[in-house]
Amino acid sequence: MAQPRVTIVGAGPAGTRAAELLVAAGLHPLLVDEAADNGGQIYRRQPAGFRRPPAALYGTEAGRATALHASFDALRGRIEHWPESLAWNLRDGVLHVLRGERSHALPFDALILATGATDRLIPLPGWTLPGVFTLGGAQIALKAQACAIGRRVAFLGSGPLLYLVAAQYAKAGAEVAAVLDTAPAGARWRALPLMAARPALLAKGAALLARLRRAGVPVHRGVTPLRLCPDASGARLGGIAFRQADGREAVLDCDASGLGWHLRAETQLAGLAGCGFDFDRASRQWLPRIDADGRSEVPGLYMAGDGVRLLGADGAEIAGRLAALAVLRDLGFAPPAGADPAALRRRRQAMDRFRRGLAIAFPWPAQLVAGLPDETLVCRCEAITAGELRRSAGALDAPEVNRAKAFSRVGMGRCQGRMCGLAGAEILAAARGVPVEEVGRLRGQAPVKPLPVAALREEEA
Amino acid sequence: MNPAPPPLLRRLGEAHRRPVAFTLDGQPATALEGDTLLTAILTNASALRLSEFGDGPRAGFCLMGACQDCWVWTEAGTRLRACGTPVTAGLRIMTKEAPWPSLG
Ligand SMILES: Cc1cc2nc3c(=O)[nH]c(=O)nc-3n(C[C@H](O)[C@H](O)[C@H](O)COP(=O)(O)OP(=O)(O)OC[C@H]3O[C@@H](n4cnc5c(N)ncnc54)[C@H](O)[C@@H]3O)c2cc1C
Repeated sequence: MAQPRVTIVGAGPAGTRAAELLVAAGLHPLLVDEAADNGGQIYRRQPAGFRRPPAALYGTEAGRATALHASFDALRGRIEHWPESLAWNLRDGVLHVLRGERSHALPFDALILATGATDRLIPLPGWTLPGVFTLGGAQIALKAQACAIGRRVAFLGSGPLLYLVAAQYAKAGAEVAAVLDTAPAGARWRALPLMAARPALLAKGAALLARLRRAGVPVHRGVTPLRLCPDASGARLGGIAFRQADGREAVLDCDASGLGWHLRAETQLAGLAGCGFDFDRASRQWLPRIDADGRSEVPGLYMAGDGVRLLGADGAEIAGRLAALAVLRDLGFAPPAGADPAALRRRRQAMDRFRRGLAIAFPWPAQLVAGLPDETLVCRCEAITAGELRRSAGALDAPEVNRAKAFSRVGMGRCQGRMCGLAGAEILAAARGVPVEEVGRLRGQAPVKPLPVAALREEEA
Repeated sequence: MNPAPPPLLRRLGEAHRRPVAFTLDGQPATALEGDTLLTAILTNASALRLSEFGDGPRAGFCLMGACQDCWVWTEAGTRLRACGTPVTAGLRIMTKEAPWPSLG
């Protein structure tokens, strides 16, 4: 049998484990990633010449990080690896990849999308001020560049990453002004029955909190952020105004802040391929429809990792293996010895319970988003306000996000709604008085990220 | 003239790397080998560019190539995404005036 063409987008935990399993079965997959090196988000590698040991970079996950990197290094030469290559379109069974200055049209027999996630954000008043970054961005500055995002850094949002990044900053010697969590203090206890599915992770969470306490970092729960305030120059962040759980208002002094409320799945390519989507209540976002092993409704298209189900890094490794096993089975190849999809599916079930627990412990504050003041700049790309979005819902009668986008341009900018899309949907839904799933899913367009214009011309010619 | 505002980012280590000389708004500036352009600029300055919509300076946001808010221009008018571009010796970057030659 001729070697089938199998391509993977994303060299994080999901993509790496998928590639490894395909190689073990005798295939030679192509692995495409926009980043300069493999690792994905959590196991991102620092540039050549940096000297910090894995324990300093990955903490309790150092063992997993080095294991994944070693697996990847062992694949070199046995897979085709295209780093710094952006998959920018997927239609009619062809993946379009920009590599260097050139775009390549790549047909495939099977394609696994393992595109990961980005921070889920709330467009607070003042969020475009220099000094305000995403939580993930704050972590990347530290991990990949050995920099803190400021001198006195506050972390605002909700979810496990909030506490993790704060603790990583404190450990690296940065001054952490405070952790401001929008989740009410009691929410964690309600989530315990579900979160008990992964006791080791619960223990890690408790250890993080203890570390923050020892470092003297104040942790405020149940806060309502009001605005990110400029300093005296007006040109950068000076503080965060917020309401405490007891109703009192306060301003926290800081010159930098990392914002994030869990993650949003990176689903543009799945959308362009024509996959069906379902609204996921726990994460309050639209996710591509897949079966238990990651098959989509589009023949030959598979998905794995945080780009399709937000289960975290361990869940991504499992999903990558399951998707690769599904590819092998569908292409008529025998699975490598020892592969046990049933066991993988069972492990993933526990992770899914935990994920639903997390969504209860650290809820997305939909009310806060729906009530953002009219003058709030929702779209960073084109400077469009919450008021303009509400006007498209009311006066212009846009019933769903894509119509509202056409009227207000929210979600039409160069980030394609990655930063504002989920919040924009909440604002629109509240303005129309309907549940958020009724205003629909923001559709992406090719290219999924801006390309140099020359690259497009070259492929067409 | 106001004194230049302090840089945004603060280095916490890895200072042994070789220096890289580049030009920021016509002035000589120094970064370290392995820095992204975003790190190179924001360890010297407090913003990457001015918003083309007049709402003030911007200094990047996500650092992972998703937000497209860290675009900068070379003096020759080439657009670069600062978070994913390594700094190289001799780069000439402008942050004060945005030429916006192509919005593609
Ligand atoms: C910034 C950030 C920091 C995180 N930090 C932690 C942490 O410290 N601890 C923790 O437990 N979890 C963390 N998480 C969550 C954790 O990273 C994920 O659960 C895990 O990495 C998911 O693995 P994955 O393989 O699905 O995707 P990822 O690891 O995100 O990998 C996806 C890869 O796909 C590539 N990609 C995406 N789209 C394209 C495209 N169109 N073309 C080419 N390449 C593409 C990306 O460059 C990336 O390398 C973090 C998440 C984010 C976003």
